[in-house]
Amino acid sequence: MHGDWLDIGPKTQIEPGTARTLPVEGGEEIAVFHTMRGEFFALVNACPHKQGPLSQGIVHGDVVTCPLHNWNISLRSGNALGADEGCVPTIPLRVDAGRIYLKRSAVLSPRAVLA
Amino acid sequence: MNAPMTFDTGAPPPKGSRERLVVIGNGMAGCRAVEEILARDPNRFEITIFGAEPRVNYNRIMLSPVLAGDKSFDEIVINGADWYTDNGITLVSGDRVDHIDRAHKCVVARSGRVEPYDTLLIATGSDPFIIPIPGHDLDGVVTFRDLDDVDKMLAAAEKGGDAVVIGGGLLGLEAAHGLSLRGMKVTVVHLMPTLMERQLDEAAGYLLKTELERRGQTILTGANTKAIHGLDGKVVGIELEDGTRVKADIVVMAAGIRPSTGLAKAAGLECERGVMVDDHMVTSDPDVLAVGECVQHRGLCYGLVAPLWEMCRALADHVTDAPSGYLGSVTSTKLKVSGIDLFSAGDFSGGEGCEDIVLRDAARGVYKRVVLKDDKLVGAVLYGDTADGSWYFDLLKKGESVADLREGLIFGQAFASGGALADPNAAVANLSDEAEICGCNGVSKGTVVKSILAGACSLDAVRSTCKASASCGSCTGLVELLLSLTMGEDYGGAREVKTLCKCTSFGHDDVRRLIVEKQLKSIPQVMQELHWSTPDGCASCRPALNYYLLCALPGAYVDDQKSRFVNERMHANIQKDGTYSVVPRMWGGLTNPRELRAIADVVEKFNAPMVKVTGGQRLDIFGIRKEDLPAVWADLNAAGMVSGHAYGKSLRTVKTCVGSEWCRFGTQDSTGLGVKIEQMTWGSWMPHKFKIAVSGCPRNCAEATIKDFGVVCVDSGYELHVGGNGGIKVRATDFLCKVATEEEAMDVCAAFTQLYREEAHYLERTAPWIERVGLDHIKSRLLDDPDAIRRYAARFRYSQQFSQDDPWAKRASGERRDLHAHIATVRPLVVTPEMENA
Repeated sequence: MHGDWLDIGPKTQIEPGTARTLPVEGGEEIAVFHTMRGEFFALVNACPHKQGPLSQGIVHGDVVTCPLHNWNISLRSGNALGADEGCVPTIPLRVDAGRIYLKRSAVLSPRAVLA
Repeated sequence: MNAPMTFDTGAPPPKGSRERLVVIGNGMAGCRAVEEILARDPNRFEITIFGAEPRVNYNRIMLSPVLAGDKSFDEIVINGADWYTDNGITLVSGDRVDHIDRAHKCVVARSGRVEPYDTLLIATGSDPFIIPIPGHDLDGVVTFRDLDDVDKMLAAAEKGGDAVVIGGGLLGLEAAHGLSLRGMKVTVVHLMPTLMERQLDEAAGYLLKTELERRGQTILTGANTKAIHGLDGKVVGIELEDGTRVKADIVVMAAGIRPSTGLAKAAGLECERGVMVDDHMVTSDPDVLAVGECVQHRGLCYGLVAPLWEMCRALADHVTDAPSGYLGSVTSTKLKVSGIDLFSAGDFSGGEGCEDIVLRDAARGVYKRVVLKDDKLVGAVLYGDTADGSWYFDLLKKGESVADLREGLIFGQAFASGGALADPNAAVANLSDEAEICGCNGVSKGTVVKSILAGACSLDAVRSTCKASASCGSCTGLVELLLSLTMGEDYGGAREVKTLCKCTSFGHDDVRRLIVEKQLKSIPQVMQELHWSTPDGCASCRPALNYYLLCALPGAYVDDQKSRFVNERMHANIQKDGTYSVVPRMWGGLTNPRELRAIADVVEKFNAPMVKVTGGQRLDIFGIRKEDLPAVWADLNAAGMVSGHAYGKSLRTVKTCVGSEWCRFGTQDSTGLGVKIEQMTWGSWMPHKFKIAVSGCPRNCAEATIKDFGVVCVDSGYELHVGGNGGIKVRATDFLCKVATEEEAMDVCAAFTQLYREEAHYLERTAPWIERVGLDHIKSRLLDDPDAIRRYAARFRYSQQFSQDDPWAKRASGERRDLHAHIATVRPLVVTPEMENA
């Protein structure tokens, strides 16, 4: 499984209810989330509204609230929730044997996957 | 190791006349598959079963009751020796199959025995996952998988002492329960923050943890085991990542299971996490089937017993030429720990289009949550009352619309299926007079109705006459229904309370009061006791609860960083481009060459694009990246500067003018008093930001009359003002009182600050707070009782002991580096870890 999956380290490096970041040289920074329920998600670290760093928002359920203007973004789909409209690309993620893997092609060009 | 034994009896039809079926694995899956095949066609196969354990087939999921002493081994045997004999099955037990030779269609066992097959069935189950930490191979470290493990645990328990169970999942908790019943002192170490996180949400996990702790177990969540320590090859204890050591005479590893795929992989069969099978349980070799926990079907591996029965049916249909197909299973879980009712099924992780219905009944310790998607039930978690578990599970498996049941769904089958009862009004009307409405005060429906008929025509009147809903308030809705049922159109309607957020029906005041009354100590506990309707709150209530708990329990409450807004977590102000601005504290607006040099050096060293003088008389350094914050703070700390809290719902700054020391109009030392007040109040967390100013004369150059607390010095003393605001809606302060000395001015400042901390709503500035409660309320609290100022000020100073730590110093020394460092940097196709296992 390691061919197209990029190992970004152990799942213990992200405390539940928080996110951490993964800059991509020549690409867009990725935020990797760990929810209180123990699920992991990866999204481009930019709110569809004004590119706020989602990694710094409060995580509740499977939603993050952007720290700049309080948009609620679904970690599962990247869609803005409620009255707001917009979508941030998500990066396929899997956890195996305690480590987190991201889909390599999506890491390098997340917006291509969205299209 | 026991010698291999063979039950080779019975009188099968002559060899060669039938196909040969060889089964690897004498467990629940292998034997059930054989039973299913025999039920369809008893004469089709000549069957040989290999088992690695030297015993007959037993019910592995009943090992927990054996450990707990509720059952004996004989009681959990599924198929005794007779079954093999009667069905002409050859059982080769205690002899492990080492090799599958697909080219010659035979298996080779450890003893050298070679068994040819026409059809092979792999049912090797799963292996316990052994965490490869130092000491995992010490004597006294056991898994919980088979009867040998149980025997080892029972032997250890006979001597008493301490047991550590690594893993707070289903299996781990059952092991812990058994060992605890057998008299051992048990500690459960669980990596994740929630027990059984795969089956439970945070709220139910919290209830479970509380109950297990009440029973004397120690539960450590969010705990990562670093090593197991031994003496003379025998285990003596474990050590956690944070350095904590726990004594142990036995360590049970229950950190999960892995499909046992070794044999299949070595034979070249297609495997991923498990042995790959199609809907008829056929592997990549049409003559080789696989079933049970070792398989991967449509991307899923199962570790529970129910799917296994369904797989075995499909397998038997296939080999007897009546293919049906297995389509995957929806699973449910029950914890086998006596006295704890816990049920979960389906998917309750939420997600797009999902809707939660939550019922919490704190008095009975009940938590129920069902998850709906497109009007269908997709998941359920029940704690404390699992009577409706099978009903929910049935609805879930059927996948039919539950739109008609929706209103009463969470109350269970009896309620929801009662036809007209689906209307909550009707349900309440149908309650008997003896039914309890208010659990706190033990008030029945009859009593409430009687008091309404006697003239109590509002909620408050009911509360004062019969006490119903007068304590925790969770029955408020029921009482209001009774009011409307009893009074009909005469009832004036429910009272309007602005709730804290959409997760609760309580308002801010109720939440604050109940935290104190019920002595609540954590956010999950508040959510459970106050019947929160969401599993872990939202971005509005989490910061509010964190503040309310912090205020109520100074020194005792552990701040929940993940419930804090980014600025308070990073101790800097986030800007529109995601960088931060940093404001060091300048006491009373004073600074000196050393501080200015340090700020200038930081600006140059980190290429800060802008420095600005703030309205609060300090300097703001812009454009700092989150990774650089700790280094910036280290440099500022070195020059003696601490955090200015310019980012917090907290004391911001004390603005001063130069006062009598320099100014020809100055009446008092306003600068000196400002510095003293800032030293007293800095670091305090508040419902919202809080600004103070001290002006040296009524010309008021420090603009003290638009601050939350303002001091205007006059010849005869100090005039104290409160509730000013220079923001969106300008509000001049109200005059509170006048005092003669600096000490008195500081006491009133501390007292007013504490009153605001204790009574305002989260995110309510002093100005709207005072407009809401009235200046008279503030005056009566602080000035009516001559001792009140002293009491409030003492409470403020007590809580300040715990909040005057410079947060920058800790971060600069490396604390919480994970908040600042990236996980890694991706340089196309290369990953450079910056910190592993942080």
